[in-house]
Amino acid sequence: MVAVSRLSRPIAPLFASARKGHAAALGQLLSIVESGGPRAREVADLVRANPGHAYAIGITGAPGAGKSTLTDLLVAQLRARSARVAVLAIDPSSPKSGGAILGDRVRMLGHTLDAGVFVRSMASRGHVGGLALAAPEAMRLIGAANFDVMIIETVGVGQVELDIARFVDTTIVVVNPGWGDDVQAAKAGLLEIADLFVLNKSDRPGADATRADLESMLDARNSSDQDWRPPVIPATAIAREGITEILDATDRHRAWMESGGGIERFRGDRLVQETEAIVRARLDHEVRALFAKTPEELRASLVAREIDPWEAADSVINRIVDQHATPPEPLARDL
Amino acid sequence: MPARILIAKPGLDGHDRGAKLVAYALRDAGFEVIYTGIRQRTDEIVAVAVQEDVDVLGLSILSGAHISLTAKVIEGLKEVGAGDIPVVVGGTIPPSDQERLLAIGAAAVYPTGTPLSVLVEGLRQLADDDARR
Repeated sequence: MVAVSRLSRPIAPLFASARKGHAAALGQLLSIVESGGPRAREVADLVRANPGHAYAIGITGAPGAGKSTLTDLLVAQLRARSARVAVLAIDPSSPKSGGAILGDRVRMLGHTLDAGVFVRSMASRGHVGGLALAAPEAMRLIGAANFDVMIIETVGVGQVELDIARFVDTTIVVVNPGWGDDVQAAKAGLLEIADLFVLNKSDRPGADATRADLESMLDARNSSDQDWRPPVIPATAIAREGITEILDATDRHRAWMESGGGIERFRGDRLVQETEAIVRARLDHEVRALFAKTPEELRASLVAREIDPWEAADSVINRIVDQHATPPEPLARDL
Repeated sequence: MPARILIAKPGLDGHDRGAKLVAYALRDAGFEVIYTGIRQRTDEIVAVAVQEDVDVLGLSILSGAHISLTAKVIEGLKEVGAGDIPVVVGGTIPPSDQERLLAIGAAAVYPTGTPLSVLVEGLRQLADDDARR
């Protein structure tokens, strides 16, 4: 029997297997989505025709805050409620080498042999905002593979990673006692995206003060009674404390979103935002490509003061627009 | 496209300095390295490899049980339809066992003392071949 290479297998049967719960098939489809190109488009078409019902929970927080340990415990609790759970753990790529160490799984190994749990590590591959550009499509694919809940874990350092909130239904921000005494700006950013705060390691000194600090910041927001007020939930992951409370709060947020909290509107907004992100990434790609090879002609006319940078920019933009006016090769997806 | 590699430590030996060194060297060479820590069961390693759909699976074994552990991983990958993921073995492998590992299906063997540059180049080659097939 000659095995067909993983990378050229026909997509439709892979997709059918993934929907039946075959982990290897889903793993391969996720690689295809990550790689981009026409095969990724083929996956996207199937996904669009078979939307799932998975509820997406985001977990973010500073390195070491306890995100992976909490994720592990949430998965266990969700399994106890018979949910099929997928985890997408996103870590930053090294800006120098483009490589990455993806080590979040280490804290979730207890679920490795559970057929109802699927864990995938993903590198951000240089996208500012931390969520890999392929992540939203990967999430839709996971949804199509009939998971009930997916947890998206990202490292949040200050304001950089805030865009996780665009792509999930409930955003959990993990903080620790003493958190953010000196990073007010970061706090303000996280305040905007958090649907619930988890104060992990709350057995440590300073937990009460940090909680009071968070609550007073929440008090100070411009908000009406109809708005969701993020609860602050104390937890001690290593002692398995607070996990039920986190899921209960997530359920309350979900119920609020689904009954007048505007989940449909929110999900529509994020598709628009995703489109915007793709457009930005592609244009950025083109601009970089244009300037990568030093445009000598342009340089000469700038130096000779025949044109100024503003006029030069106009002509560059026109060039990009003209390129798109005559339909070029199929739109590259591998940005 | 960075290549994805799983660095796994099957069996009972608890020393992962070598595995970590390799992981960092590969990260610096542009690989995406999935690292799962020490004392993994072979069926767990297989499950992780297929969920992560890695281009290469690297086993680090210092316990002396490299033949049986490697055989189990290769067999497990075949059983779940992922037999085309190349498996490489590093660690304390006596010269006499290197041929045997290759014979049971290992794609390469990197005994302790292999220069990191040789290892990185070899893995890059394997990942590229894997992508072309």
